[in-house]
Amino acid sequence: MSAAQGSGARALFTRAQTRLIVAGNLHINAVAKLDRAALLEMALGNTEIDISGLTRIDTAGAWLLVDLQQQASADGISVVLTGASEAQAQLIDVVRHSLAPTGTAQPKAKTLVDQIELFGRMVVRGLRKAAELTSFLGQVVGTMAGIVIRPRRLRLTSLVHHCQEVGLNAVPIVALMAFLIGVVLAFQGAAQLRQFGAEVFVVDLIAISVLRELGILLTAIIVAGRSGSAFTAAIGSMKMREEIDAMRTIGLDPVTILVVPRVLALMIMLPALGFIADISGLVGGAVMSWIELGVSPAVFQSRLVSNTDVWHFGVGMIKAPFFALIIGIIGCFEGLKVGGDAESLGRLTSTSVVLSIFMVIMVDAMFSIFFAIVGV
Amino acid sequence: MAGLVDDPIIRVRGLVTRFGTHTVHDGLDLDVRRGEIIGVVGGSGTGKSVLLRAIVGLLKPVAGRIEVLGESVRDTPEEEYRRLRRRWGVMFQDGALFSSLTVRQNVEAPMREQLQLDQDLRETLAGIKVRMVGLPENALANYPSELSGGMRKRAGFARAIALDPEIVFLDEPTAGLDPIGAAAFDILIRQLQAALGLTVFLVTHDLDSLYAICDRVAVLADKRVLAVGTVQDMLKVDHPWVREYFHGPRARAAMASAEGAP
Repeated sequence: MSAAQGSGARALFTRAQTRLIVAGNLHINAVAKLDRAALLEMALGNTEIDISGLTRIDTAGAWLLVDLQQQASADGISVVLTGASEAQAQLIDVVRHSLAPTGTAQPKAKTLVDQIELFGRMVVRGLRKAAELTSFLGQVVGTMAGIVIRPRRLRLTSLVHHCQEVGLNAVPIVALMAFLIGVVLAFQGAAQLRQFGAEVFVVDLIAISVLRELGILLTAIIVAGRSGSAFTAAIGSMKMREEIDAMRTIGLDPVTILVVPRVLALMIMLPALGFIADISGLVGGAVMSWIELGVSPAVFQSRLVSNTDVWHFGVGMIKAPFFALIIGIIGCFEGLKVGGDAESLGRLTSTSVVLSIFMVIMVDAMFSIFFAIVGV
Repeated sequence: MAGLVDDPIIRVRGLVTRFGTHTVHDGLDLDVRRGEIIGVVGGSGTGKSVLLRAIVGLLKPVAGRIEVLGESVRDTPEEEYRRLRRRWGVMFQDGALFSSLTVRQNVEAPMREQLQLDQDLRETLAGIKVRMVGLPENALANYPSELSGGMRKRAGFARAIALDPEIVFLDEPTAGLDPIGAAAFDILIRQLQAALGLTVFLVTHDLDSLYAICDRVAVLADKRVLAVGTVQDMLKVDHPWVREYFHGPRARAAMASAEGAP
């Protein structure tokens, strides 16, 4: 019987007086091919459906029979199913008890009011998240202040480990990225400045843009993609396996143990990475200026020292710890929000990266305004 | 070796599986009869789940021959294997539901993939399957993460029987359920096995399940099938692990309850 599951076998329906005789193979493929409306037409007016000729039937076939019987019975005539073997009868019975309950409500269409409500809910959710994030920031800063008072509570091993993870291991990618940015700036700047015969100003262009903005901003973006996502994924999977709950039950504070070392490591290492990015951006710019414009490294250096205020470098470095704090706090916060399922882990990891990059750029803009006002 | 039968629905001969240098099965033979519920038991690490994975073709054995429904699982061409795969369903330990789909969509997934059905019919049939495994009406629209462990297992079972297979493989269906839920699941397996004419390959730790629903039991130990037979047969097997398993205090309790309520 099982060998006949191919598409060849079909069910046969014939009428004999007030009986509908069903024979052959009534499985899911056959049911899918039947014209069910025509079949109902055929079944109406009968008082009996005889299935003694059925060789094979599955859930779909049983449903078809039950459905046919119910629809044909609607007009006060009761239709009976006869000729079922014991196994068939059992299957039909199970299917009959598994039919959809009648009168299930249809989902209603969305109105404008629903849309407005949805929008309102999104706004409230966003505000609530901002509040939660702020309160988490406060919690972490509070815990850090506690550590300043009692330094023994700092997990030094963990801190060093994370410093290596987020700092040392990121050096190659950050250095390469900044070097290439320096190259690009020199190349593009030279092309424009040559028109005015002002090639030598390319040094100022590179120095100011790399030191003040690009070096630290792009480093922060790379670190957000690299370490922020790693924080969310690591803490999130711990949350999924209930490790965070286990910590709380034995009196360990997850913020002290997991969050503070990560955030501190970032705050220590991001300025260092930013410094490396600055240097390697300048080197990239110098190399390209030399090749493209013939500005020798000695000239580049002397112009850099004489023309570029040290505050440009200072402005970049001041921003680094703030960017680190943003990336660390958002990465850990999203990690702690992971629920029981794997999907939320993936979703929150990408949220964490997007949100931290967005916040980094927004804070960078605010710093720009601030420094413009104070005049450095 | 005992328990080999003519015309089995699953036939495993000389199966050898290995992970690196660790040999899991070494020359394992097993026959499963059409229409029976066979329980596969064994200590942790004896390769019960590995055997299941090898039979359904998720894992490539080092040596040996596996035939399901008369066809070799490993050497058949892809097209044949696809057709063969449609004739069995697998339920993994925690249901392994697709977390981005609702329960209804999960059950529809195999139908969508394997058959050309119109949406109405597919939804109706998926609804029937979900109600068949005893899930409430509102579970249809729920996502797996919104269900309890027991409900996830039921939904996984519904997906396994979505195509009316001839064989279902169940990996620890009652693990992690409370005794009432586990007993209800046992009854469900028995009922659907009878109604749909299923052959059930049941990997389990649960002694109550063995006594309540299994026609035969296969014991995995020493890298092969040590014994096959009814639970009563197992009581006579002279092997330290089997004796400890079937004569331990939990086994006696399960036996007593099975005799008390036949």
